[in-house]
Amino acid sequence: MSSHLPLIRQALSRLLPLLFIACLSAPVFAAQQQSAAPADATPAFKKLDSIEARVQGCVTCHGQNGQGTTNGYFPRIAGKPAGYLYNQLSAFRDGTRSYPPMNYLVAYLPDPYLKEIAAHFAAQRPPYMQREAVSASAEAMQRGQMLATAGDKGKGIPACVACHGARLSGMEPGIPGLAGLRPAYIAGQLTRWRVGERHAADPDCMQRIARRLSDTDVAAVSAWLSQQAPPVDAAPEASNLVRMPFACGSQK
Amino acid sequence: MKPMRKTLVVGAALACAALVAAGALYLLRPGMLPHQSAVAAVNPSTQTINRGEYLARAGDCVACHTVPNGPMFAGGRAMATPFGNLYVPNITPDDDTGIGQWNADEFYRMMHTGVSRDGKLLYPAMPFASYTQVTREDSDAIFAYLMSNAPVRQKNREHELRFPFNNRDLLIGWRSLYFKEGEFKPVAGQSVEWNRGAYLVKGLGHCAMCHTAVNALGGSSESKAFEGGMIPNQNWYAPSLTSNHEAGLGDWAIKDISDLLQVGVSHRGTVYGPMAEVVYNSLQYLSDADSAAMAVYLKALPQKDSEAAPTAQARLVRPEVMETGRKVYVAQCAVCHGVEGKGQTPSYPPLAGNRSITMATPVNPIRMVLNGGYPPGTAKNPRPHGMPPFSHILNDEEVAATVTYIRVAWGNNGAPVAAKQVNDLRTLLPE
Repeated sequence: MSSHLPLIRQALSRLLPLLFIACLSAPVFAAQQQSAAPADATPAFKKLDSIEARVQGCVTCHGQNGQGTTNGYFPRIAGKPAGYLYNQLSAFRDGTRSYPPMNYLVAYLPDPYLKEIAAHFAAQRPPYMQREAVSASAEAMQRGQMLATAGDKGKGIPACVACHGARLSGMEPGIPGLAGLRPAYIAGQLTRWRVGERHAADPDCMQRIARRLSDTDVAAVSAWLSQQAPPVDAAPEASNLVRMPFACGSQK
Repeated sequence: MKPMRKTLVVGAALACAALVAAGALYLLRPGMLPHQSAVAAVNPSTQTINRGEYLARAGDCVACHTVPNGPMFAGGRAMATPFGNLYVPNITPDDDTGIGQWNADEFYRMMHTGVSRDGKLLYPAMPFASYTQVTREDSDAIFAYLMSNAPVRQKNREHELRFPFNNRDLLIGWRSLYFKEGEFKPVAGQSVEWNRGAYLVKGLGHCAMCHTAVNALGGSSESKAFEGGMIPNQNWYAPSLTSNHEAGLGDWAIKDISDLLQVGVSHRGTVYGPMAEVVYNSLQYLSDADSAAMAVYLKALPQKDSEAAPTAQARLVRPEVMETGRKVYVAQCAVCHGVEGKGQTPSYPPLAGNRSITMATPVNPIRMVLNGGYPPGTAKNPRPHGMPPFSHILNDEEVAATVTYIRVAWGNNGAPVAAKQVNDLRTLLPE
């Protein structure tokens, strides 16, 4: 046995640098794997003179049909009401909603074109991306469910479904669907609203709600919403069928 | 019978009365309005104001003097400079906070000499070094237009410049070095079109503000006119308009130059970055004749190459880098720009033979790959095709390899770029 020890040592000393290199290259490998873009987020179109070709500027983040990508922060835009999408595009252009990559992209695009882009993605119905697992506690999920489906009367928080639709598919013309959004995106937006970085048309109902939410509320409701199975037909609800709990400028 | 006859008589009388009334009403009806010609009569002052509006567009006043989404010309926009923030003043005709109490002489003196109504020297962020070339007649028209706008009461914000730049008296030094006062004088022997183009490019267009390098003192030297330079604080490179290695336009068709300026896309290239803003706010409003005149002048600029093309040695690329670049190009870029880099013009610009790809400074092509971009939506191209960002898909090595590939493939004569250059820009730019 003892005669084998130096051999083993020798083998180890040869292996160790290899192992070390393997460990070092693992993150690079992961990065490279990540960098292989999925086919449905790679530029592609059939006809040059088509809206599909014109919106290729959107696809590496939002996917060819607006379905989103594996990146947790870029939202699904397919099937959101055209009015909502237009409000966001024009807000990015005019700087009233701040996200520098978007502000830069749409800075010099005229209104009719933004409306056309909005209508294009509003009409898309691609399959939903796989849900992202969340690590929220059962208690948090329960709180999230309560906020989303019933609200919190004590804190004056209406239920998400009161405006975003019983199936979370949004409401024409200005309220987005929440189904199929990732937790990081939902939490990011709620937080931006809370701190006054994101606004909607006055009266800004979403800001009134976001300001009533605590950090744990934001995490809870984002986690619960992100786990909801999206409806088969994700069309937004018709405009103002229900009386909304707060007046919303974007529903005028 | 009697009652019946009576009824008849009454009926006839009523009918007559109705007829007479109808006749009277017909005759008394309001006369037709005088026939309106398709174009409203234009009096001299309207004509001047319209002209002034056109010229203000050519000068792109709105880009700096209006906060995005804010009231037009009310100022307040922060202009970041290497010396601190400037806040652009209100140029609406408000008596207290704008230029309401100015007269045309004072306005011309400001445009022509860079001296404000109160005698203060203007910072050269106001392109008076270019506007000095504007004729008195055009200055008066712009002034008439500005005075015709609605006054907006909005107090000017103090500049936030660092010491010593906050001392305006130092501008005397800057002016003696870099400012030459004088209206544009047509050059004899050149065509009317060339002269019109020169007037617009050197005067209202203030192209030299970006396309002539700015030195550490914020000045630019006339001998280096239109030779290109980095735009301070924007991290874009404004290519030389005179170098065949950059955006020298010597071998472009007039139509392509004119389209690039006025439409934003052409068969040779597309505008993006700060130039997209210029086209969007200013050049798209120019008449065909004026944009063609600018093209004629720009094409005729003497071509001088201040730096030599990269040597074969400098252009060497490691085969594995070339292969990475080619793979990314085929997967992500070729669908729009073509396997041979010919583009699908004017929707997607060519990369082969496109000097904004190959010029010495690789800032612009790196930025395009990282951030993508849409050309401006213009009257003649209201629905431009766009390019997506790749910053989240490609790592620094891949972006460097891809930009290297397009700089050397298809006979392009650019030099390779390093991952470090990509990383430097990545950290500077919005992501």
